[in-house]
Amino acid sequence: MIILEMINITKQFDGVKALENVNLKVMSGEIHALVGENGAGKSTLMNVLSGVYPHGTYSGEILFQGKNCHFRGIRDSEKEGIVIIHQELALIPYLSIAENIFLGNERAKSSVIDWDKTYNEAAKLLQKVDLEEKPDTLVKDIGVGKQQLVEIAKALAKDVKLLILDEPTAALNEEDSDNLLNLLLELKSHNITSILISHKLNEVLKVADSVTILRDGSTIETLTKDDAISEDRIIKGMVGRELVDRFPKREPKIGEVHFEVKNWNVYDPLISERQVIKDVNIKVHRGEIVGISGLMGSGRTEFAMSLFGKMYGRNISGQVIKDGKELTINSVRQAIEHGMAYVTEDRKTAGLILIDDIKHNISLSSLKKISKRLVINDNQENRVATEYRKKLNIKSSSIFQKTSNLSGGNQQKVVLAKWIFTEPDILILDEPTRGIDVGAKYEIYTIINQLANEGKSIIFISSELPEILGMCDRVYVMNEGRIVGELDRKDASQESIMRCIMQSNRSVI
Amino acid sequence: METIKDVSKNEIKQSGMHTINDILSKNIRQYAMLIALIVIIIFFQISTGGILLKPMNVTNLVLQNSYVLILAIGMILCILTGGNIDLSVGAIAAFVAAIVGHLVINMKMGVAPALLIGLLTGIIIGIWQGSLIAYLRIPSFIVTLAGMLLFRGLTITMLKGLTLSPFPESFQKISSGFIPDFFANFGFQLNVTPIVVAIIFSIILILAQIKKRAEKLKNETEVIPFPLFITQLVLIVFALNLFAYWLAAFRGIPIILVILGVLIIGYHFFTTKTVPGRYFYAMGGNEKAARLSGIDTNKVLFFAYFNMAILASLAGVAFASRTNSAFPLLGNGFEMDAIAACFIGGASASGGIGTVIGAIIGALVMGVLNNGMSIMGVGSDWQMTIKGFVLVLAVAFDVLSKNKSKA
Repeated sequence: MIILEMINITKQFDGVKALENVNLKVMSGEIHALVGENGAGKSTLMNVLSGVYPHGTYSGEILFQGKNCHFRGIRDSEKEGIVIIHQELALIPYLSIAENIFLGNERAKSSVIDWDKTYNEAAKLLQKVDLEEKPDTLVKDIGVGKQQLVEIAKALAKDVKLLILDEPTAALNEEDSDNLLNLLLELKSHNITSILISHKLNEVLKVADSVTILRDGSTIETLTKDDAISEDRIIKGMVGRELVDRFPKREPKIGEVHFEVKNWNVYDPLISERQVIKDVNIKVHRGEIVGISGLMGSGRTEFAMSLFGKMYGRNISGQVIKDGKELTINSVRQAIEHGMAYVTEDRKTAGLILIDDIKHNISLSSLKKISKRLVINDNQENRVATEYRKKLNIKSSSIFQKTSNLSGGNQQKVVLAKWIFTEPDILILDEPTRGIDVGAKYEIYTIINQLANEGKSIIFISSELPEILGMCDRVYVMNEGRIVGELDRKDASQESIMRCIMQSNRSVI
Repeated sequence: METIKDVSKNEIKQSGMHTINDILSKNIRQYAMLIALIVIIIFFQISTGGILLKPMNVTNLVLQNSYVLILAIGMILCILTGGNIDLSVGAIAAFVAAIVGHLVINMKMGVAPALLIGLLTGIIIGIWQGSLIAYLRIPSFIVTLAGMLLFRGLTITMLKGLTLSPFPESFQKISSGFIPDFFANFGFQLNVTPIVVAIIFSIILILAQIKKRAEKLKNETEVIPFPLFITQLVLIVFALNLFAYWLAAFRGIPIILVILGVLIIGYHFFTTKTVPGRYFYAMGGNEKAARLSGIDTNKVLFFAYFNMAILASLAGVAFASRTNSAFPLLGNGFEMDAIAACFIGGASASGGIGTVIGAIIGALVMGVLNNGMSIMGVGSDWQMTIKGFVLVLAVAFDVLSKNKSKA
């Protein structure tokens, strides 16, 4: 029996199609895995299903238990028994487990909470999910694995029929992951259907009855038990896209070793015993574009930010060597003075002053260059901004336009302009083309190639494999804070990169 | 690629038109508040039967509001860093006034060393509050709320709940003295000094503006259209000289006005032209991006509160000098006047937007409202109500015009 059918779902963001005619069919009482690369549209699809994107903002139909559904918000979908558990848990740390379980769904008589009932029922639910904690324990006092179970108990309290889990094991260790997967199998025997989004294919193989593969916002195929699901088969489906001429040509002129990082270790800034980056060693030559590939959460951004003036992490140890000399970098200012530049993955929250104009954003990191005794030369600033606006083809009404009014691609060009103006030798580009359209991507690739040809060293971080393959001379593969592979251009392929990641996952789990 | 180029060409062609709109929409709050200020002045000029703009009252307006103007300058820097406010300025003003009063009146110390100690007190308070806010990252609201209680308490303790008075004449001069008339012997009816000063300033201003415009044209950056440029310049010069005439018709240039002028010009220059000034806007606009751009945002935050404490000390001295006394409740509610002035003047409650000139205009709006209503005999209860209404109206206008520009 089919419990859920999503038919021809199409969803656009500002004219960019995130989903195009996606179809998903889930059978009652099965565990259905949803796999795909970052940006393939998995989360978007689940947000459509749970009503985060209300009816009318997408096209297509959702049939749940044979009924055509028009969810206007998450409450509507929960009423039908669809509950989504996001990657970032939605628990309130300073409330008890019981309070969290019944949050928004309180056990109450005419708005007065019935605490006896709350605790009794919570205890029963905790038993169901096999969690040995008291209902009045505060959520902040239990580990992430147990919090995940509380989330599931919360879903059960809502009389869940279809449970959606978005990367539930991403933050869990081996034991907790196993527990969770066993719980899913247990729930299955009680006829609760689950959709599992995961990057860990071994987990998928372990529990899933069928697998739907998404790529670039479209459904590629749905594999069932009859199709003999295998890791190779899934990887092929996830990455099997043809490389069209999406990348500008470049003749690499690679020089001597320019920049080196040795034995880099970083710990989490909040949880001091958690090591985020483990013994990373990389080197970059002059004029070389080196890729760092890896899934989201593999530690790429943390690595880059910890290099760049210790903007992330603590207990950082290791050496940074440029042109054979070791550098001491304790602040962003020092990093800039040593010729480093870091283009953030999140231009809106960390790259731009959105309420300010193009001109001020471009000059922000290099104000010393356009000032004399701390007084800014307005004319020089205008000249610089005008020059970069022209050079990088930033489409805007003038250099006085607010950056919040620019398109994603043009915003990214402003961020690039800001860093190019600091005249760096080493550029770390973190997801430089995230969320921008194909045309602007091509322009940004061209700029990057040009910088490499000028002899700058470029570290190119991306979760999009085709981009890594199309742009980089050499690729480091990162997973769970380690470098798990180094591939030359000729050896690098989507399969070989994915294999590095999957193999290291297996060795950890 | 062909189409992309065409589009950008068209955009460049239109850019001349865009800039006028850009400039207007960017400064709409300031222009609107300036117009509102003029409307309010005209309204009271009529309803008070011409008393408002009598030379004596104009001078009075300056003297009366000097402390709010000083505080608003400091407060705008705090607000710029991210909507943080300083609630302790009234208490700091009282504390410094009490210390100076104690030294001068009870201990018979000279005015100059006493003022120096007052300033030093401000510096110490600034370091204390600035460090807590910037380096320990205790929310400014809490630190300055604590400061408000702390320094008010210390003031009352020091004064034993009593009023200290009178100050020696030289101290009173700060807020009630005038620059001597250099042309007194030439037999003019007016005090000519302000007019001469205004004319000199006008000439400097005109030359500077013309030079700036010429440089911009040479560099092919967009400038405002010539007629608008001329109108602006003429209006500013006119206002400056009219103001000078009023001063001349009374007793000349108040000493406090010179202090104010230096502060306004200095901080305006600091915020608009200098590198550290730019950091305030960057931090308030997006602290994370600012830090990733190599800006030490802790230092910026520290300076905002350090500077505020010093200006609060100055305001305390100015007010004590004007009232010729130091008393326990001196400066009570000053912080609210200063904060309101900044928001009326177009500052954003989340930081990154606002100007020194805007804050000054905001303070003048409040000052003229106070003064005008007092002359009309409106009770202080109604004055407060009306000021509250004006504050909400100004910010509502801001929010509405922003929503409109988004749509």
